[in-house]
Amino acid sequence: MTEGIPPRKPPRKRTRKSAAPKQVRPEPAEGQEDDGASTASAPSADKGASTRSEDVHEDVHEESDEKAPIKGAVPEGESEPDAETKPESLTAEAPEVSSEATAAEEDEAQLATTEPTAEVLQVRKGMFGVKGTGDTSGYGGLTRTVEFPAPATPPFGGWWDQVYERIGTLIPNYSDVITKVVIHRGEITFHVERQHLPELVRYLRDDAHLRFEFCSSVSGVHYPADKGRELHAVYHLQSMTHNRRIRLEVSVPDSDPHIASVVATYPTADWHERETYDMFGIIFDGHPALTRILMPDDWPGHPQRKDYPLGGIPVEYKGATVPPPDQRRSYS
Amino acid sequence: MGLEEKLPSGVLLTTIENLFGYMRSAAFWPATFGLACCAIEMMTYGAPRYDSGRWGQEVFRASPRQADLMIVAGRVSQKMAPVLRQIYDQMPNPKWVLAMGVCASTGGMFNNYAIVQGVDHIVPVDMYLPGCPPRPEMLIDAMFKLRDKVRHTPIGLDAIEAAQDQEQRQLEAPSLIEQKGLLR
Repeated sequence: MTEGIPPRKPPRKRTRKSAAPKQVRPEPAEGQEDDGASTASAPSADKGASTRSEDVHEDVHEESDEKAPIKGAVPEGESEPDAETKPESLTAEAPEVSSEATAAEEDEAQLATTEPTAEVLQVRKGMFGVKGTGDTSGYGGLTRTVEFPAPATPPFGGWWDQVYERIGTLIPNYSDVITKVVIHRGEITFHVERQHLPELVRYLRDDAHLRFEFCSSVSGVHYPADKGRELHAVYHLQSMTHNRRIRLEVSVPDSDPHIASVVATYPTADWHERETYDMFGIIFDGHPALTRILMPDDWPGHPQRKDYPLGGIPVEYKGATVPPPDQRRSYS
Repeated sequence: MGLEEKLPSGVLLTTIENLFGYMRSAAFWPATFGLACCAIEMMTYGAPRYDSGRWGQEVFRASPRQADLMIVAGRVSQKMAPVLRQIYDQMPNPKWVLAMGVCASTGGMFNNYAIVQGVDHIVPVDMYLPGCPPRPEMLIDAMFKLRDKVRHTPIGLDAIEAAQDQEQRQLEAPSLIEQKGLLR
């Protein structure tokens, strides 16, 4: 994200500028700032900057405290919400998440304990098939939680509400279209029912209040533990007009991996959908030519799925074999 | 006994084939073409410290149509494989291929879906050079072994015969994928 860069650059300059009260803002979310702020005064999301602003201005300090509990709850864009519109429901959800937790790892480590509603899919232990004693790899003690962040309820704050309400105005049955809204790390994700996706993206692109002209990426995710919704396609949309980014997520079962293509609306999604098909096997109905883009045409399987073997590709030279890494370090 | 005994001193006899090989082995034109970290070692090989110009090989041709040696320096991805094959096809005969490094030879550490497990799947390889990446010295060694091979390349009728011979042998032999237990 580009907006993360300017705040880091001039920390020295800011100490001088912090004397001007109008330029110091409440602590923003990490890397999420109003444009004017990032170019002119550049308040930073890092720890040092927030403490410094607290020292200088007590009034700002209070406001920043009120905003602090949700890290990343303030969206970027032209209209930053004031403290009053901050939704209580959101602040109540994760009160323990400290604003001081700047490191991403720290944040992640806390999420499991502080967000009770986060949906835990799976807890993975070890790596590369290493189990029990005799583990010389050092990966045996690894524990990783696979989880979805908790859904958010409106009001979300800032332009997020404007976008959500505008969608509601344009699509009367929008609660059927958008099944879940997730705000995580200062970014908003709309979970969309697959049959409504083409209609929704058409509105998102064409409506003057939305204007998400650019689909920067279509990605795939495979959650084998998410039964009935194993395959997810994630669309990253950007509005050049309003300088906003949103994300759409569509989930389909592995047994019926069909999603309607958005190429008619976003021609740039052409190759992205081909790649998502190539790597995950999601079939985009209505795509002009859905063929593999990276792998050879006759390649079996979709390599980025979780059940695809790690390595173990036959070398086909005089019987040479290399076992996949998850079978290589097995001692039992 | 033969003609040799009747020769005046200072005259050397050889075959055209031998002379041809002698000339040819001293005039390699490698294609400019690197795929990964091995290419850095290949550049060092051409640079002053190792100086492939010592045996007249410092000029890497930017066009495959002027090259007769392809140094596959680095891992070949599935996406790159047809490109590499096209470069090979554009090179005029006679031509040679040197698989530089383990990745080009066998896929190396990239035993995954993205990488071709040995460039011999797509082009015939004359010389395999192990190492990850091999030092320029090793490339020099491989190059001299390849020069030796080129020196003894048959020409004319012999070349046709040799090609037929090789084809016959390859038709009779099991394919590489069927050969087991030969790697040590």
